[in-house]
Amino acid sequence: MPNGTIAAHEEHHGHHHPALQHHFQDLDQQHEAATLGMWLFLVTEVMFFGGLILAYTLYRIWYPTAWALGSEELNIYLGGFNTIVLIGSSLTMALAVRSAQTGAQRATVGWLLFTIALGLTFLVVKFFEYKEKFELHHVPGPNFQFEGPQSPHVQIFFSLYFALTGVHALHMIIGVGLMSTLTFMAYRKRFTPEWYTPVELGGLYWHFVDIVWIFLFPLLYLVDRSHHII
Amino acid sequence: MSGHISPKSTYITIFGALMVCTILTVIAAFINLGDLNFPVAITIAVFKATLVVLFFMHVKYGSKLTKLIVGVAFFFLGIMLSLTMADYLSRGWYTSARGSTSAGSIVNVTGPLTTGAQALEPAAQNTSPK
Repeated sequence: MPNGTIAAHEEHHGHHHPALQHHFQDLDQQHEAATLGMWLFLVTEVMFFGGLILAYTLYRIWYPTAWALGSEELNIYLGGFNTIVLIGSSLTMALAVRSAQTGAQRATVGWLLFTIALGLTFLVVKFFEYKEKFELHHVPGPNFQFEGPQSPHVQIFFSLYFALTGVHALHMIIGVGLMSTLTFMAYRKRFTPEWYTPVELGGLYWHFVDIVWIFLFPLLYLVDRSHHII
Repeated sequence: MSGHISPKSTYITIFGALMVCTILTVIAAFINLGDLNFPVAITIAVFKATLVVLFFMHVKYGSKLTKLIVGVAFFFLGIMLSLTMADYLSRGWYTSARGSTSAGSIVNVTGPLTTGAQALEPAAQNTSPK
């Protein structure tokens, strides 16, 4: 690069925020473009989970008895606890984004760590739920065991249970990784009220994963529970 | 940067509403509403998701373009769910003279139209090409 260009480049840099990319006019425009891009990614995620939930709904309509039997095997207390944990983590995530927006850098680190702790709590509970399913031979495959004539259809229920909660848990694991990176960046004081886009986008991802669970909890744990009390 | 900053009280209120809805969905599941249990559970979940999208994900304060993209996502999801279900759930509704159109059965549309009595003969049902 000729010297004149370097000088012009450096002079140009002196007038704007270091995080501003050259193809954007200002940070507002850049933030909006990044948010839009994140939402487009989330659209593909909606269709991804939507396809699985479509399969779930179809089989549920075809095999309602098997669905009731399979759902009964799931622990409603652990599922409910995890729902509360995950919605709580959405609150701490929203507060982390807010702290970044207001320039409260230490609070951002704190709320992000809180979010990670809640995310890990969810995964630990999920681990023990899976462990129980393996012990009871409720995992689809050659070792699957279930009493009664509904067994093959209950196996479909458990296939969808593991597919849905499995990809959800994978998203949680990725989310914890993202949150750890954000925590490190926040610890290094990288975020300011002028530029906190990564925290905002990480928040969008985390809330999306929370929304998926908001659907999975009633769909998997709460099928036809009414018959067992009345 | 001039992003909207919601007060902490908004987030705590939304969290409270989500908790109440979670309790409601559990209670609703233990009440026998017949065929309505599934729609009720889905309605509560959609309401909760809407709260998260609007307030936690800041779409309420987002640009019109962001709102459009979010709307389009759920519109396409709706198309996928409704058209697929309309297909699968209506397959048993119509039975032709030569065989059922429900999923998994063979339908022969190449031969001449026959009466229902003829269609019941084994020969008429087994001549369908693969």
